[in-house]
Amino acid sequence: MLSTYVNGVQKTLTWLTRDAYCAAKCNGQLSEIFEDAMAARTWRQALRRDWQLYSLAILPLLFFVVFRYLPMLGNVIAFRRYRPGGDIFGERWVGLHYFQMFWSDPTFWQVFTNTLIIGGLTLVVLFPLPVVLALLLNEVRTRALKRLVQTISYLPHFLSIVVVAGIVFQVLSVDGIVNQGLKALGQEAVPFLQQPGWFRTIYVSSEAWQTIGWGTILYLAALTTIDPDLYEAARIDGANRWQQTWHVTLPGIRPTMVTLLILNIGTFMAVGFEKILLLYNPLTYPTADVVATYLYRVGVVSGSFSYAAAIGLFESVIGLVLVLSANAISRRTVGTSLW
Amino acid sequence: MVTVEAPETLASTPAKPNKGQRPSRGYRVFQGVNALVLTGVVVLTLYPLINILARSFSAEDYIRSGQVNLLPRGFNLTTYRRVMSDPMFWTNYRNTIYYTVVATAISMVLTVCYAYVLSKKHLRGRSVLVGLAVFTMFFNGGLIPNYVLVSGLGLRNTIWAIVLPNAISVFNLLVMKSFFESMPVELEEAAAVDGLNTYQTLLRIVLPLSKAMLATMVLFYAVSFWNSWFSAFLYLDRSEMFPVTVYLRNLIAGATGGSDVGTASETALQIAANIQSVTIVLTVLPIMLVYPFIQRYFVSGVMLGAVKG
Repeated sequence: MLSTYVNGVQKTLTWLTRDAYCAAKCNGQLSEIFEDAMAARTWRQALRRDWQLYSLAILPLLFFVVFRYLPMLGNVIAFRRYRPGGDIFGERWVGLHYFQMFWSDPTFWQVFTNTLIIGGLTLVVLFPLPVVLALLLNEVRTRALKRLVQTISYLPHFLSIVVVAGIVFQVLSVDGIVNQGLKALGQEAVPFLQQPGWFRTIYVSSEAWQTIGWGTILYLAALTTIDPDLYEAARIDGANRWQQTWHVTLPGIRPTMVTLLILNIGTFMAVGFEKILLLYNPLTYPTADVVATYLYRVGVVSGSFSYAAAIGLFESVIGLVLVLSANAISRRTVGTSLW
Repeated sequence: MVTVEAPETLASTPAKPNKGQRPSRGYRVFQGVNALVLTGVVVLTLYPLINILARSFSAEDYIRSGQVNLLPRGFNLTTYRRVMSDPMFWTNYRNTIYYTVVATAISMVLTVCYAYVLSKKHLRGRSVLVGLAVFTMFFNGGLIPNYVLVSGLGLRNTIWAIVLPNAISVFNLLVMKSFFESMPVELEEAAAVDGLNTYQTLLRIVLPLSKAMLATMVLFYAVSFWNSWFSAFLYLDRSEMFPVTVYLRNLIAGATGGSDVGTASETALQIAANIQSVTIVLTVLPIMLVYPFIQRYFVSGVMLGAVKG
């Protein structure tokens, strides 16, 4: 039953992706032009014919308007003074006051740098690993082993972030298994979670533990769609196995890789906010505190909503700019892009 | 020589004919190393989980002196009894079940309705409706405006603060949409000829044919709501309303009230080590119970899905 789901996910990614070399997509566009010809010519006709369909969209649209678009408008409180419990759009204009405030706030620049570092590490370390694991799995000839690795490595994906954080605390505590290993090697126990120097390593490792296995799913699916004749042709041309991987396999999964990369860049600024919130503490703030956690403390905990909203707006805009740039670059260079 | 192409895992694809070449020595070495690396992945994934299980059955003294590794030391069930005798744990556990059921039901109704509408290519304004949803994947209002909104609507300390703001996952919506699009148009044309209106077609024709997809969606929504904690942490103030994830979070943070910042003092960690382990095990238990059931479909299903697509 989950096969249909992965199938759908693949189609969705393809749909989100405009790949210059993807003939199927072009066919899709043709048929859509065709469908347009059948579409109702005026709104009045459309409403008369499809009012039942439109009625099904009312509640979901209400959801999007209230819980997605209203908060976007709610960002005006970044430019207005807001009183907790008052009007959700604030009381009076203060212009760029709050932006100037965070611009000259040294803590903001520190958490901004931390965000870039953690986001960068996440991208550089965590993006390639599922590709590598998928390629390795793809080479396995023993079906039982492949099955076992898949079954086990998908599992952490289904665990709550709170559970993962709990496991991290247990494993890295002074009496945990990592310190047991250190002691066996004659080293001193390290209070990992109290030391700023360790935080990024801990964060990235725990993310790796939770996401790598599941991350292989789409690549494994993409690998099965590569035409076997391409390998045959490569072999006849004298390509060895490594060359086959480099020249046939990787180009075959490239559209999937690029799409996922762009989507990942879109979440660059948000980083693993919930996980960091669970794992960090005042001792590790120097490396662990990111924009999202900082604005959470400033806004929700201390009640400076407008100030936090200004920071949040800045963060969202950077996120949007990043994803748009990545998309544009990708379209120019490899011909793959979203929408 | 067996080739790189994966389809050998497919039941539906004939096995790639072996060309009679023997694998080179280098390749056999690679196979060995590869198997070793993958076994390493399995061990690394399981190690922490087994350690937590071992800790949950161990006596506190052994844990504190760093002697619990893969097997329980000083085996006992007292910690389990202690955690399970806390009425708050059960209250919060019941809350998790309640929130998960309600939230999944609402999410499913909204997602299915909207996905069905979006799947109708002839619909005027369809691209606007799609764009409206997709845009929110890349830009959102952010934490503070959401917080202000939910508070302003008076949803704080109600189940709706958890359910409504996350009701539709756009990704699931798009997956559902592409699934509906792949259904044969003739089916619905036939339904129209039989005089069924849109609602009847959806309920009697389309949904029964989508059972597998719907089951998967229910599962993914349910797991994500079961695992979620942040909305509850943010919007609920009374501990008798917390889901079990927040209960666990407070144990980890060494706080019993609504401490605002995730702090973890080493002393609190020490005291609660076995209690934390037990709570982790009990929180994860339902997911572990359904996992063998779902992964069976998954591991074999991924490949089949790819072929059909």
